[in-house]
Amino acid sequence: MAKFKKKSGGGTPAISTASLPDIVFMLLFFFMVTTVMREVTLLVENTKPNATEIKKLERKSLVTYIYVGKPKQQYIPQVGSEPRVQLNDAFARVDEIQQYVITEREAINEAERPLMTVSIKADEDVKMGLITDIKQELRKANSLKINYSTRKGEVYGDE
Amino acid sequence: MDVDSGINRKLPPWDPDLIEDPPPIKKKNIFTVLVNSNDRLLVEDEYMDIKDLREATIRFLDNNGDGSCTYCQGLRSPQSSDNPGKAIVSLVNDRGTSYKLYISVQNELAAAYNELRDREAQRLYGVAFDDLSEAQQEEVQDMYPQKISEAEPVNLGG
Repeated sequence: MAKFKKKSGGGTPAISTASLPDIVFMLLFFFMVTTVMREVTLLVENTKPNATEIKKLERKSLVTYIYVGKPKQQYIPQVGSEPRVQLNDAFARVDEIQQYVITEREAINEAERPLMTVSIKADEDVKMGLITDIKQELRKANSLKINYSTRKGEVYGDE
Repeated sequence: MDVDSGINRKLPPWDPDLIEDPPPIKKKNIFTVLVNSNDRLLVEDEYMDIKDLREATIRFLDNNGDGSCTYCQGLRSPQSSDNPGKAIVSLVNDRGTSYKLYISVQNELAAAYNELRDREAQRLYGVAFDDLSEAQQEEVQDMYPQKISEAEPVNLGG
């Protein structure tokens, strides 16, 4: 008289983990493929203005970047909220640009130096006074090819 | 993906020795664009909306006042430019002008040139300017040479 019969179902069966590696690898490869390496950490706000007549920058190795904009929220206590220039990973003064551009140019092999382009990535809220100062520094450094970095989009319409 | 693109420009050299005395230029061959610190445009002494800048620039470049430009379709007004080779766009900013508007103005000026060049490319070769070979591009570029002069910014106030 076995009253205590063992339950035949034994509860929910364990989930098969055979496909777990597949899922893990799928996720791994997905992130590997979609990840973009950022060259610099932006310290400044950088909403680029719109433009339609744009040219793609080719030969990235010949391009030097200058970032301009208001410092991001977390840096305001140290550097204030006025628009600043960022070179590589640090804030810089305008008069440091000349030296920076010259150093960057030295790094390019000699035959290609005239092709060097400086890309100015400025925030749309920056005033022209600062941009002009940067342009003057670039002229002093004799780096005359510049590119105003923009997004593709209509210039007017959303105002 | 982060694609780098933008408006290409060439700066004038710093070295003052390299800058020769400017040849005399007739006032009618200069198209003045002033932008003040309130982001308002003054084009040829009249207020203008950024929307109308492209059209006005094309009208100026394509004017053909002296009749020497055979491919121009302009109005041939004696008050405007003689021919595209002589036409110069002069852009003056205030230090308080916003970068956004500056880019918009640069963009519209470039667009005016591109539109004219595209028109000539279509007429001569039946394709867009960007699809021409390098030599052909140069030829069309010379028909409408891009002459944009940027003065050092002044405090226009406003």
